[in-house]
Amino acid sequence: MSAAAQGTSKAGHGDVASRKKKGPGALATAYLVIYNVVMTAGWLVIAVGLVRAYLARGSYHGLYYSIEKPLKFFQTGALLEILHCAVGIVPSSVVLTGFQVMSRVFLTWAVTHSVREVQSEDSVLLFVTAWTVTEIIRYSFYTFSLLNHLPYLIKWARYTFFIVLYPMGVSGELLTIYAALPYVQKTGLYSVTLPNKYNFSFDYYAFLILVMISYIPLFPQLYFHMIRQRKKVLGHTEDYSKVE
Amino acid sequence: MLLQRKWSTIRNYFNKVEVLDAKTKEQLCFLDKVDPHSTIGDIKSLFYKSYPQWYPARQALRLDPKGKSLRDEEVLQNLPVGTTATMYFEDLGPQLGWTTVFFAEYMGALLTYLLFFFRVPYIYSHTQAFTSSPHSVVTLACVCHTFHYMKRLMETIFVHRFSHGTMPLRAIVKNCAYYWGFSAWLAYYINHPLYTPPSYGELQVKYALFTFAMCEMGNLSIHMSLSNHRVDGFRLRRFPMPTKNPFTWLFFFVSCPNYTYEVGAWVSFTVMTQCLPVAIYTLFGFIQMTIWAKGKHKAYIREFKDYPSVRMAIIPLIL
Repeated sequence: MSAAAQGTSKAGHGDVASRKKKGPGALATAYLVIYNVVMTAGWLVIAVGLVRAYLARGSYHGLYYSIEKPLKFFQTGALLEILHCAVGIVPSSVVLTGFQVMSRVFLTWAVTHSVREVQSEDSVLLFVTAWTVTEIIRYSFYTFSLLNHLPYLIKWARYTFFIVLYPMGVSGELLTIYAALPYVQKTGLYSVTLPNKYNFSFDYYAFLILVMISYIPLFPQLYFHMIRQRKKVLGHTEDYSKVE
Repeated sequence: MLLQRKWSTIRNYFNKVEVLDAKTKEQLCFLDKVDPHSTIGDIKSLFYKSYPQWYPARQALRLDPKGKSLRDEEVLQNLPVGTTATMYFEDLGPQLGWTTVFFAEYMGALLTYLLFFFRVPYIYSHTQAFTSSPHSVVTLACVCHTFHYMKRLMETIFVHRFSHGTMPLRAIVKNCAYYWGFSAWLAYYINHPLYTPPSYGELQVKYALFTFAMCEMGNLSIHMSLSNHRVDGFRLRRFPMPTKNPFTWLFFFVSCPNYTYEVGAWVSFTVMTQCLPVAIYTLFGFIQMTIWAKGKHKAYIREFKDYPSVRMAIIPLIL
């Protein structure tokens, strides 16, 4: 088997790359603005929901239940961003975006939703708060960038808040997965054992442990990538709106 | 050509070659008195004398720092250069010959499977160590899997002609991980003490074995036909055509029947073992081979104006 075909597949990619450099058309821009405004609003709803629930209850335990539905809706909606990259209206890598969105969706549905017992854990609040603040800033950043009126404050916030929010979110995520482990093992959630007709097995417990381990090489890479981006973006004084 | 040769001998006409680093543009080497009939391969050998850590296989020489690498067979005087040729060098990293690469990949896959077939200790429970499965299909699957990779090894040694000599080291690690990893994964289930034989029993196994054998023979026929096709070297004068061998008649319908047969063999193996991991491996292989087949198909269409329009890339009439 030869890898001779690589040259030809690159030819097509070149076309998309030049189209990406020109940016999305007017219709695509309008759609993206609407999309980003809706997402900003959605995460603001979640933020407000958290604050109101905290004030009503007087404690920060069990706040997940008050924002469960909008969290699921808007986090899952982010799957559209993979489509945006695939179609070419957003100049990001499909693989990278796909990976980031899927990890969020995985945590929302395959861990928090699926393992009821972890929903009352404080670690859930930790990552939900981190996600909420990050996403409000990120989506408003995109909105303003698309409209070519990016306030420096938003740009600064996008490339600065992550320094605290990213480790905060990762901690919350890891603690939540860790909390889910005993229940997954006990109930055999999403697991398939031998013998069966298709000679296949899957141990969700082992899989979750692997996911936790994968944070070790991945988190530093992503974190330091953002730090380098920060130096590049905030290092310039001109309004260089590079969409991340 | 003979007159030119005499002319250059009379006039003592030589080229000079300047080699610059493709990234930094600093001069790495200046070759005086280079015979204009030298090939790029010769120049690489000369460059190697000054830089013994960069053997010719890991050198990429280009006329433009961002352009395509020059082939080793290219002759200096046929290149668009003046009396002094400026070339840009890039280090391709440690290289291994294609034969070595394939050998490692296929031998690894073959032997890994056998570890599971013989139930080497620590894979399954210790009571099962060195036991064998009561199901005949498990032995058959081992024979088929081993045959498949033996055939590939034989082809690597005796049949294939490789256009580039080498492959970078990092690619080999990645490829071996793929082959060995998947081999281990599917061998684990097929040779597992709790393996469940196919739902339709002997009939399913026999049919699958038949199609597997047909696809293996088909794949071999195509490889041999392509190998004979390349007798003249690297450039294809004509696109591959069906021959008297009925297995090659698939060329009427697809550009890369070798990939078609390969997918067919793995689908057969999936049905024979009724094992989901094998199906997943088949799917991955199919996706990769489709990408390669589509590329080759496009290359053929571009190069040969009379390329048959009924031909698809990998699946007749469909893909």
